[in-house]
Amino acid sequence: MAKSTSNSKSSSSNGMQEPARRDFIVVATYAMGAVGAGAVAWPLIDQMNPAADTLALASTEVDVSKIAMGQAITVTWRGKPVFIRHRTPDEIARANAIDGAELRDPQEDEARVQRPELLVVVGVCTHLGCVPLGQKTGDVKGDYDGWFCPCHGSHYDTSGRIRRGPAPTNLEVPPYSFLSDNVIRIG
Amino acid sequence: MSAAKFSNPVVRWIDHRLPVFSMLDHTANEYPTPKNLNYMWNFGSLAGLSLVIMIVTGIVLAMSYTAHVDYAFESVERIMRDVNHGWLIRYIHMNTASFFFIVVYLHIFRGLYYGSYKAPRELLWILGVVIFLLMMATAFMGYVLPWGQMSFWGATVITNLFSAIPLVGESIVTFLWGGFSVDNPTLNRFFSLHYLMPFLIAGVVVLHIVALHRFGSNNPIGIDTKGKQDTISFHPYYTIKDIVGIALFLLLLAVAVFFFPNAMGHPDNYIPANPMQTPAHIVPEWYFLPFYAILRAVPDKLGGVLLMFGAIAILFILPWLDRSPVRSARFRPVFRIFFWLLFIDAIALGYLGGKPAEGIYVTLSRVATAWYFLHFLVILPMLSVFENTKPLPKSISEPVLATTVAAE
Repeated sequence: MAKSTSNSKSSSSNGMQEPARRDFIVVATYAMGAVGAGAVAWPLIDQMNPAADTLALASTEVDVSKIAMGQAITVTWRGKPVFIRHRTPDEIARANAIDGAELRDPQEDEARVQRPELLVVVGVCTHLGCVPLGQKTGDVKGDYDGWFCPCHGSHYDTSGRIRRGPAPTNLEVPPYSFLSDNVIRIG
Repeated sequence: MSAAKFSNPVVRWIDHRLPVFSMLDHTANEYPTPKNLNYMWNFGSLAGLSLVIMIVTGIVLAMSYTAHVDYAFESVERIMRDVNHGWLIRYIHMNTASFFFIVVYLHIFRGLYYGSYKAPRELLWILGVVIFLLMMATAFMGYVLPWGQMSFWGATVITNLFSAIPLVGESIVTFLWGGFSVDNPTLNRFFSLHYLMPFLIAGVVVLHIVALHRFGSNNPIGIDTKGKQDTISFHPYYTIKDIVGIALFLLLLAVAVFFFPNAMGHPDNYIPANPMQTPAHIVPEWYFLPFYAILRAVPDKLGGVLLMFGAIAILFILPWLDRSPVRSARFRPVFRIFFWLLFIDAIALGYLGGKPAEGIYVTLSRVATAWYFLHFLVILPMLSVFENTKPLPKSISEPVLATTVAAE
């Protein structure tokens, strides 16, 4: 369309000026149309992102004083399980026994905890989102005594770091803070 | 071009203004079809029938289904126990989904064997792959709706595939979920899209048929029809042949629905979804297992996801990988061997996808995955150059007439 209009103009009347102006108008019209279509499409696309009430549920408070040494509990945060483990000195020692820099996702144990005995990680395997085993006493804990994901065989250590299997990164440490000595707020 | 051939005056009146009857007559009646099609050409119409069954039963199921995390599982159980004939309708929907994939896989392998993807039918083939992709998306979202354990964890694992994309992966997953985990917003949108996509499939099916009718069906010999002596009209010759296939299909479907309704499902999906606990051994529905095996064969997350999608994407460029001018495997002795190896390879991948990802299964998955890609990327292009094909008959009529004289 645009091409034929500009061609007929250039052949009939005043040379190069007119078609250039026409072309500009045509391109500008298409551009405006594209912007308009984008503006209409955006709300339809963005409605799929988390809604305000979903975002509002983004924090959880937990009393950690009741977790005995060696025990682990699972709490819900943003619909996901969060593992809180009160680690034994042996588990802490094992987490520190290796050089964090040599791991697939290099990180030292102390960078993953605020208090060494209390490990807080999101209980979602970083491979494809399954919940790893290792919270209950009878569970398989994997070769590194942390967690084991039954879906595709990822092994995590006592610091929740990936040691073997397909997962690319360590179990995520959620943002949390101590509201008091005994209570943490996740999120 | 129309009107005159209809005797009914009402039909003639309508057809003159809206040529639907001419269109139907052209596509189903006078449409010239190669006269040597065998029963492998039944699966197109069977796939169409499956789609119709799925849409009809699906619309009815939606009348009793509740897309909410607290009610979805119970509403499905209510369909099974309380809704009049609900058990029957749901079992038909469930089992036809599996039968649909069986039919489509056979349809795809038919196309691979007889070279139906070659010029001038490349777009016909590509539209078929598009339908296959849409089917996979629809089936996946449909499986989530009952909100059982497999529904939930299947949804979690599959949506997490997108988190492998560098930089934007996590945002895409949050966008797909509408939250921070698979939850009520996810279930709602999956229901919405599960309802929409069959109609998209129906639209692409129309394009698939338009492209098919441009050059007509391929045939077991794989040479073009050369005129009237090579073709017969679709109706009644192939309508009746299709009906034979449909009768057998419905018989087998009835056996599944009435005697083994859960044989192709997974018992864990009768446990309500629990976001806090992953089942010990999660597997997708059987029709995804070959691709699941490829995903797990790769020790790297992004690599596994890319290879899995690549296994389907490779089908899009198949017409340009296999450059041999001979279509049918009947005249390609070496290709035929490799075709059957690929068939066995696909079955093996399906078997391995259902096994735990450890030990010998991982090794075998890797071998089978490597073979799959080797077939398409190396063997087919090589065969196009080096294979000595058998001489082609001059026309479709020639070998048909020859077999009546001498045994083949």
